Amino acid sequence: MLEQVFRDEWGRVLAGLIGFLGDFDLAEEAAQEAFAAAVERWPRDGTPANPGAWLAVAARNRAIDRIRRDRTLAAKTKLLEVPEAHVDDQPDETTMPDERLELIFTCCHPALATEAQVALTLRTLGGLTTEEIARAFLVSPETMKRRLTRAKDKIRAAGIPFAVPSEHLLPDRLAAVLAVVYLVFNEGYGGRGDLAAEAIRLGRLLVELMPDEPEAHGLLALMLLHDARREARFADGELVLLADQDPSLWDAAQIARGRESLDRALALRGRGPYVVQAAIASLHVEEPRDWRQIAALYGELARLTASPVVELNRAAAVAEVEGPAAALALVDRLELGDYRYLHSTRGELLRRLDRPAEARDAYGRALELTVDGPERRFLERRLSELG
Amino acid sequence: MKYALLIYADRARELYDTLDEDDQRAITAEYLAIRDLDGALGGAQLQPESTATTVRVQGGRTLTTDGPFAETKEALGGFYLFEADDLDAALEVAARIPAARMGGAVEVRPLVER
Repeated sequence: MLEQVFRDEWGRVLAGLIGFLGDFDLAEEAAQEAFAAAVERWPRDGTPANPGAWLAVAARNRAIDRIRRDRTLAAKTKLLEVPEAHVDDQPDETTMPDERLELIFTCCHPALATEAQVALTLRTLGGLTTEEIARAFLVSPETMKRRLTRAKDKIRAAGIPFAVPSEHLLPDRLAAVLAVVYLVFNEGYGGRGDLAAEAIRLGRLLVELMPDEPEAHGLLALMLLHDARREARFADGELVLLADQDPSLWDAAQIARGRESLDRALALRGRGPYVVQAAIASLHVEEPRDWRQIAALYGELARLTASPVVELNRAAAVAEVEGPAAALALVDRLELGDYRYLHSTRGELLRRLDRPAEARDAYGRALELTVDGPERRFLERRLSELG
Repeated sequence: MKYALLIYADRARELYDTLDEDDQRAITAEYLAIRDLDGALGGAQLQPESTATTVRVQGGRTLTTDGPFAETKEALGGFYLFEADDLDAALEVAARIPAARMGGAVEVRPLVER
């Protein structure tokens, strides 16, 4: 129970503290102390009516204590004279501004490296520990700790603002925020399911904080719809292509939630890349699949993103509508040299065109570019079927 | 906070040299206008690297060598000093510097304040 409250409240408590103190480290320490105090006191004295407010006030008082004890800290923070609030005065929600949106934009500021943006977002808003983030990204805890420290140092030294960007900066900066969340999701989609769940949590938070942003709804829809097929993507640890997946393994309730988010995005007149991708994902969980519409949406997405990877996906849809020859003509125009899915897609199209020798070459090239795991075993099976 | 906006403009300079006189005057006017923005503390255009002299003092002896300290692809061509509320405000000024859109780049560095 406590753990759930902590997961839910950590981001908001920390965001409020950072806004108040102007210092990430001090805020994090104070929040940790407050959460530790709660572990000790709540089981004894009962859980307070408003756990989030209790934690926020306790953390704030601890930070003020520390600053009073340590003059150099006082100089470092923007805090001057603040009256002490009493932990047992239960402040109501209205006195606790929600500053998580400011925090997200700070963590995903383009002046930070992408990997630092991801780590900071997971640490501050996701409430993951440094060790958990390190494990998720396959680096040592020391490396992750350094990465986080460097990022926090830069925020302070370079004056990265704790603020929602002004109107004219917002589109670019919002795109950066969405990209960070989607990146976390894709790390999880590769098999580490806890990261996918974390990304969806962050996606829900973005929608809660920016209810009028269609792309935020689009991203949430996209993640829900993809993740709903998670159980069907692997059978006995082996990769199952979308066409061969067992729809009874799809999570119908989650698909419904994904479609709700998509409808919301469309109602907000969203036509951006995440909304279009969510619309495609929604068509992919419909039987029978409307390949013509899927191909058209990939065309739309290609116009929005100018991405050859999107063109490759369009080609796969075109193969279903116009046949493999038309698709191969599209694929062979793409400049994607070492992209493994280019070669596996070519292999598949050549196989269907009954050109086994060329198909073998293409699958072989894809195999060279794929590391060990289910994807690699899938390609090996295809190759052996070709003789 | 105070920031230095360091202008790396070799390639922008090449482009500048291909412009006609009116366009060159317009660019120069832009550089001058940035000095009049709120928060501007100063700045200067530097003479080319070929005019640079580098000084080191080793064991009490001053060593003077011809040329810039580091051979970099892009040379520092000039700088502005700005007082700005935060990094976003400084980045906005940086984006207005013509070199940034002419193939050069502007590095934004906070100053140490004591």
